[in-house]
Amino acid sequence: MSHLSAATRHRVAFTLNGRPVSLEAEPRLLASDALRHGLGATGTHVGCEHGVCGACTIQIDGVPARACLTLAVQLEGRKVRTVEGLGPAADRLSVLQASFRRHHALQCGFCTAGILVSLDAFLHEQPHPSEEELRIVVGGHLCRCTGYTPIIRATLEAAEQLRSDPSLPDSSHV
Amino acid sequence: MKPAAFDFIRAGNLSEALDALGQYGSDARIIAGGQSLMPMLNMRLAKPAVLIDVMGIPGLDAVRREGDTIVISAGVRQAALMQRPNLASELPLLAAALPWLGHYQTRTRGTVCGSAAHADPSAEIPLCLVALDGEVRLRSRKRSRRVKAGDFFVGMMVTDKADDELIEAVTFPVSKPGSGHAFKEVARRHGDFAIVGCAALVTPDAIHLAVAGVADKPQRRSFPLLDGSALSDALNAFAWDLDARDDYHATARLRRDLVRSLGRDTIKEALSCRT
Ligand code: FES
Ligand code: FES
Repeated sequence: MSHLSAATRHRVAFTLNGRPVSLEAEPRLLASDALRHGLGATGTHVGCEHGVCGACTIQIDGVPARACLTLAVQLEGRKVRTVEGLGPAADRLSVLQASFRRHHALQCGFCTAGILVSLDAFLHEQPHPSEEELRIVVGGHLCRCTGYTPIIRATLEAAEQLRSDPSLPDSSHV
Repeated sequence: MKPAAFDFIRAGNLSEALDALGQYGSDARIIAGGQSLMPMLNMRLAKPAVLIDVMGIPGLDAVRREGDTIVISAGVRQAALMQRPNLASELPLLAAALPWLGHYQTRTRGTVCGSAAHADPSAEIPLCLVALDGEVRLRSRKRSRRVKAGDFFVGMMVTDKADDELIEAVTFPVSKPGSGHAFKEVARRHGDFAIVGCAALVTPDAIHLAVAGVADKPQRRSFPLLDGSALSDALNAFAWDLDARDDYHATARLRRDLVRSLGRDTIKEALSCRT
């Protein structure tokens, strides 16, 4: 049993986009704040902080999760992936990201990080998504400016590209 | 929108979790997937002094069959239950309801037992437990006990669980041949809390309909195999007995109307898919 007291900060170590990281966290620190303020990884956005908007969605051990409904201490030992880890290199977009760009699937971009992270996980689980399935996955996110149609269109095209060329960078997970 | 301060205890086994609960009682809350508790903490609707994390307890992620009962332990995530190979034949009601429980992005972490513990009156797991007459297995340092779902849910976010108890598992009876199940809900957005949710179980001699989102807890009513205007009358009486209230999401009148229409559709579907 480990007992982390409220008043002190505790070391939390995990893997972020393939690199080992650590920070000092009070038990009440949210994973979203740990990433943004503790580690400076501000790609993960924060909208509602109660699980509704999806802006903060990250992958924990390959599955999507709300960072605002996760405590930093719960990341201990996990593999975390955020929007910063989607592209194959800092100056290259993933297939899904490039498709979002082509289809104008983002406008202000506030919701985009979370949507990309969710869809990236979903496409690994379901390489042949139907439009209906994608609408349900994207239903876990709120976008207040683009409209969802281009987001779905971009994802369908990215899925097709990924299926036709398995060597594309999105098909390997960090 | 940040939680108040709390101590965080990682329980390495069940007995450590029970000791901590015994020690801190009403100052402590169990955290499993956190998908119901974390919003409460962030909004400071809950301010426990201690969180006890049970997800590191070995064996707590098991779903097993005990005779004609499916036992779902405290650490089983909703997404994991959805992936159970025989779910649609063993628990067709759960197979139909789980896709409506939260979002793809929250079922990955939220647990089945956590949803029961939270006892939101519009939630799917409490509704299914009541519809199928399932049980909640509670455990404390001093005792273990089993409570029928109908007695476990006491009111809005209030259950029969004592402060030193945790939900060890929830159990559902396996679907019997000749029965039919259906689930339907109306919400503002797929994955949001239901305005009204209906779960129907039809057996060779009865219709059981459970309704969420109207009363302060899920409620079940059983009828003989009625149809036509007799069924409409029975549904109308049930709708009025649920004592619907107006709130931000819907009026009482809309809720009663949904109990009548959605209730009927759900029963119809359950009748049509009898095995
Ligand atoms: S900020 Fe986490 S879901 Fe909105
Ligand atoms: S692009 Fe602005 S909120 Fe989605």
